[in-house]
Amino acid sequence: MILNFVNAFFSDHAHWTGYDGIPTRVGEHVGYTLLALALAAAIGLPVGLLTGHYGRGGNALSLIATAGRALPTFGLLVLMTLLLGFGLVNVMIPLVVLAVPPILVTTYEAMRSVDPSPVDAARGMGMSEAGILFRVELPVALPLILSGLRSAAIQIVSTATIAAYVSLGGLGRYIVDGLYQRNYEKVIGGASCVAVLALATLALFWAVARVAVSPGVRRSA
Amino acid sequence: MFGALIRIDSVTKRYPDGTVAVDRLSLEIPDRSITVLVGPSGCGKTTTLRMINRMVEPSEGTILIDGKDITQQPVNTLRRSMGYVIQNAGLFQHRTIVDNIATVPRMLGWGKEKARERARELMGRVGLDASLAKRYPYQLSGGQQQRVGVARALAADPPVLLMDEPFSAVDPIVRKGLQDELLRIQDELGKTIVFVTHDIDEAVKLGTMVAVMRTGGKLAQFAPPAELLSDPADAFVEDFLGADRGIRRLSFFPSSGLELLTSPIVAVDSTAEQIAARATEDVPYLLVTDLEGRPLGWGEPDELTAGEIAPERLLPYGRPFTAGSGTLRAALDCAVLSPTGWAVAVDGDGRATGVVSQQTIAEAIRGAHAEGRTDAKAAR
Repeated sequence: MILNFVNAFFSDHAHWTGYDGIPTRVGEHVGYTLLALALAAAIGLPVGLLTGHYGRGGNALSLIATAGRALPTFGLLVLMTLLLGFGLVNVMIPLVVLAVPPILVTTYEAMRSVDPSPVDAARGMGMSEAGILFRVELPVALPLILSGLRSAAIQIVSTATIAAYVSLGGLGRYIVDGLYQRNYEKVIGGASCVAVLALATLALFWAVARVAVSPGVRRSA
Repeated sequence: MFGALIRIDSVTKRYPDGTVAVDRLSLEIPDRSITVLVGPSGCGKTTTLRMINRMVEPSEGTILIDGKDITQQPVNTLRRSMGYVIQNAGLFQHRTIVDNIATVPRMLGWGKEKARERARELMGRVGLDASLAKRYPYQLSGGQQQRVGVARALAADPPVLLMDEPFSAVDPIVRKGLQDELLRIQDELGKTIVFVTHDIDEAVKLGTMVAVMRTGGKLAQFAPPAELLSDPADAFVEDFLGADRGIRRLSFFPSSGLELLTSPIVAVDSTAEQIAARATEDVPYLLVTDLEGRPLGWGEPDELTAGEIAPERLLPYGRPFTAGSGTLRAALDCAVLSPTGWAVAVDGDGRATGVVSQQTIAEAIRGAHAEGRTDAKAAR
């Protein structure tokens, strides 16, 4: 039955054009995801890299991360809408809050798990602290950092559907409207688009890791 | 660049919790030689080493290199002028072997190609095959990784090399190879090497000077290895040197003074008359050699003259020592291992050049000891 719904949804030509067409909605969804991921990475990466490099603030980080995870995303969205009215900002805040903890915590852990002896060797041969961070620790920590970014990205992709609740676009539109109109074909079609997008995100991160991670790290990890 | 002289002047390292790692240590580390810091764990040897490149800052005292206080220049400039080798090599796993070795030249602003060319040259110097250049560290054995570590430290041709237990994590056979290689490289390059180890045998083998440190960061004795073995400063040093230091000290005496007998050597094709002529009252056995002069084994003169010599019935001759370059220790070891009590001396090609009895070696040892004592007195 579900397959029928999926089939019906995607074979309807009306779903492929216009402001409510699949390309438009996918574009909006990807836009929200990229923006939220960029904001979360802009917060999580530097903090995680620095705390991990200096080995301080691990406890504070896990506290923030737990608190962040405990916040209900939907509740936060409603709260933000009540406070700020409708708009992109109050969608971004809950998505960023959702995505920062996995990025922050894995980046910190990735940096802490780097073997200390190359770091000692690098420092002993006169490498600057920035050099050690970017040229010794980061390349080795990269696979784990990417996995943190990946889980954050997947969470954002699946959660960005909430934008539709506050009158914005994205693939959530189909789900919210479909439920309202009792059009289950639309609901399931929208949900499968989200699932495909999540898989595409996985594939993208796999490809990035292939290119960005040194073969010496990939093989020995 | 040749090595520099390092002077450690009453240096103390005290940690905030009150622990004293190094206690008013003064050492004059001679240039162009290997100085070994040795001692039990917690004696401050690694801390001392790490104060030389300011990985640890002393609480009191000064360290001078060629008369210049090491705090007078930026810390990274200082470190780039010293090679640093650590226990597990500490290679960068995301970089290939050449790029690992080229690290310091690249930091000093060399072009990529020039740095890589230098790295390849060093691979040859430390005995690494050129085919390993593009490999990653995980593809190398522990011994090879450590060679890369040494090459990386030498890349910018620093006058000083700091080595912190560099060979402790590899197995004994590989370790011996690395030690021999280090001595060979040092012969060519003449760096000032400060070498930390907890292994007294390694210290005695590598050190031109050996500083024995005791728990609490105090210097127990600073002396050349032969003097350390003959005249330990106190019970602690004596205890740390361990058993058989008398035997080990023989490594510092050449076997060249031994009087070798050539008369008890016969070739395998000798006739009964020739053998009978060689047999004397003093020498109960004759050493049989093949036609090229390589030893085959010992035989009793009576048996040898009885008919054709059968090499498989000869007594084994143990492990021969090399006449000239071998030490008294090797000669004694050889005599002890040989069932006849006679040591066989060979030349560089393995041809027997003579035999020597345990008695003769014992006399040589007594002579060497007497001489050693006069030398030690003269040195003081």
